[in-house]
Amino acid sequence: MFETIWFILWMLLWAVYFILDGFDLGIGTLLPFLGKNEQDKRIMYACAGPFWDGNEVWLIAAGGVTFAAFPKAYAVMFSALYAPLLILLFGLILRAVSFEFRDKVESSLWRGLWDVVHFVANLVPSVLLGVAFANLFMGLPIDAKGVYHGSLLQLLSPYGLCGGILFLAIFVLHGALWLVIKSEDRLQLRALATVNFMWPLVLILLAIFLWLTKTSTHLFDNYISNPALFALPILALGGFIGTRLLLSAGKAWLAWASHGLFILCLTFFGVSGLYPGLILSSLDPAASVTIMNGSSSDLTLKIMLGVCLVMVPIVIAYQVWMYRLFSAPVRAKDIESSVY
Amino acid sequence: MDVVMLSRLQFAATVFFHFIFVPLTLGLSILIAWMETRYVMTGDEVWKTHTRFWGKLFLINFTLGVVTGITLEFQFGTNWSRYSEYVGDIFGSLLAIEATVAFFLESTFLAVWVFGWNKISAKAHCFCFWLVTVGGNISALWIILANGFMQHPVGYALNTDLGRAELASFYDVVTNSFAWGMYVHTVFAAWALGGFFVLGVSSWHLLRQHETDFFRRSFRLAAPWTLLMVIIVAGTGDLNGKDVAREQPAKLAAMEAHWETATHVPFHLLLVPDEENEQNSVEALSIPNLMSLISFGDSAAEIKGLKDFPKEDRPPVLVTFLTFRLMVALGVFFIILAAVAVMQRKRENMSPKLLTCLVWNIPLPYLALGLGWAVAEIGRQPWIVYGLMRTQDAVSPLAPTSVSVSLMAFILIYTLLGVLDIYLLRKYALKGPRGVEA
Repeated sequence: MFETIWFILWMLLWAVYFILDGFDLGIGTLLPFLGKNEQDKRIMYACAGPFWDGNEVWLIAAGGVTFAAFPKAYAVMFSALYAPLLILLFGLILRAVSFEFRDKVESSLWRGLWDVVHFVANLVPSVLLGVAFANLFMGLPIDAKGVYHGSLLQLLSPYGLCGGILFLAIFVLHGALWLVIKSEDRLQLRALATVNFMWPLVLILLAIFLWLTKTSTHLFDNYISNPALFALPILALGGFIGTRLLLSAGKAWLAWASHGLFILCLTFFGVSGLYPGLILSSLDPAASVTIMNGSSSDLTLKIMLGVCLVMVPIVIAYQVWMYRLFSAPVRAKDIESSVY
Repeated sequence: MDVVMLSRLQFAATVFFHFIFVPLTLGLSILIAWMETRYVMTGDEVWKTHTRFWGKLFLINFTLGVVTGITLEFQFGTNWSRYSEYVGDIFGSLLAIEATVAFFLESTFLAVWVFGWNKISAKAHCFCFWLVTVGGNISALWIILANGFMQHPVGYALNTDLGRAELASFYDVVTNSFAWGMYVHTVFAAWALGGFFVLGVSSWHLLRQHETDFFRRSFRLAAPWTLLMVIIVAGTGDLNGKDVAREQPAKLAAMEAHWETATHVPFHLLLVPDEENEQNSVEALSIPNLMSLISFGDSAAEIKGLKDFPKEDRPPVLVTFLTFRLMVALGVFFIILAAVAVMQRKRENMSPKLLTCLVWNIPLPYLALGLGWAVAEIGRQPWIVYGLMRTQDAVSPLAPTSVSVSLMAFILIYTLLGVLDIYLLRKYALKGPRGVEA
């Protein structure tokens, strides 16, 4: 039973990570397209400024929980996906540094360089997260000892690539929605135009991805044997359509939240299809890592559950407080007076 | 080179790079929290400028500490998957607790602190920085409890069916006295490093008569603090040595290049180990019984020599010995330097020699902390978990080329970041408080 609770918590942590870090990854990717001048660029950085670091900790927490609750899955997943994970890591390192270093030297060349780094360091992790998850959905060529028998190029199969592009598109849309909330005037109009462009694109990519999911994975088996699970894709679709309607009604915050619900349900939808598997083997189903053979001991799962039940609500409480504190749109004058 | 050696090199490179930033985060945060507290208590704007000036240096340093830390969490899975599988039940949960208890606190409240100067009251703002300080120092606790398990595993049971170690007593793991000994030694050392950093930067400005009032204040705040810290570091180091003597006799023997089991072991001030012939080629300036005394608190105590350990159970002797000796020598130097700083701190004209010394001293505490970790980690070899799992059995099933490529990428990117970081820290440190007056 603890294994199943942890499976759900595991999904939840990844989903929260995608919802939170998704928007600042998206803003970073949009930087060269929407940041037409220095002021707009600084506003875009500032829209993510107070949030990105706290958001990224959800990835560390998701990784840490994978390690704690499913050590075997952690070991196999991280060593099998060695190259993409390290590239993701380099991306995250450079992204953080670009936030911190960009405005530390008065030189347009220096800033321009960091803008390029920032763009690449947001784009690449977004794509790689999608590629990684698509490959997890499809199953990895691992043997019973957890040894990976594949290559980096193999991960970039049509399905893997489609996952990468879908994640990128979703994050860009999520980031554009955040910019609608946090910016004003011309930048806000450009962000709105981006939402209008991205929304149908995500819908098309989603349809392609789901169709490929049907042909390249066994994710839907769980849904056929347990139709109640179809509530997840329906909710996801509801969230996605809600985004559009709420934005048209001028409720930007709710539109962003509705898109967050879409990301949450979509993550749940994908990962639930794996249950009870964690890392499926495409070579031999018996070699798969599941919650039965890959979980920690009951004692560890219980203690970690206690820790999470106490700590996660506290974390959410102070992060919500922080989001409210910085909820006002970033104005041009805020940028001029900020010393950091 | 094989995957084990490449992975060890990569872990060593990334962990040492990470450990350039962490001690300053821990050490400077507590001093900044104290400066801001004085501002809130007295309303004296100068303390606010202090907070902002040192805070700016803190931030440049902090970011790299955070991102290079993620590397380490990733690497347990990417490069040490057998290890992760074997002890993840215990080790993984400590890392997960570190993230949920400490990292969120640190990153969230630091953001509030940076962006919230005009959004919350001065008291609340100061409180945020205390939370950052607490978060950082708590995260060090959890990571050292995890490392403490590798040094001296407790509270586990072997599950032979699954072929792994499992948690038997969480209480034993978190009250592991060996780990707590390491924690206090490391944290006080980091606090001392923060003190020396403030002293060093202040001395640079005092030498040039820049902002003398401002930097004399920083100097006076940091000098007694640093002296107190280095004395505590020496004391806790002594206790650590006794823990090692009790729990890791092979490491102790390597630290002292002690080959033959004996009682009444002397301490040789001058010693040159000859690892190949299992002896020391030079042993001079000996103090009788001292090593027995510092290791076990008993001048007659028996110390097991390296020759009584099978060769495959011995750590590399020369490196362990040298890193340990150098760390201790630096520690002695730090006590003298900090004591002189305290004696002169109230003088109108402090000795330029002292100030110059303090400027050039800035990198030395970093070196000493790195050496300390080298003793702990290299001295633990050939074990990854002492007595339980060997390093060679812990590595992921990877192709050597993958690791060679990633190692080169790490070296390249980290070198670049290190250079940029030092450039920016230097730039803002030399700019002085004028750079932060908004």
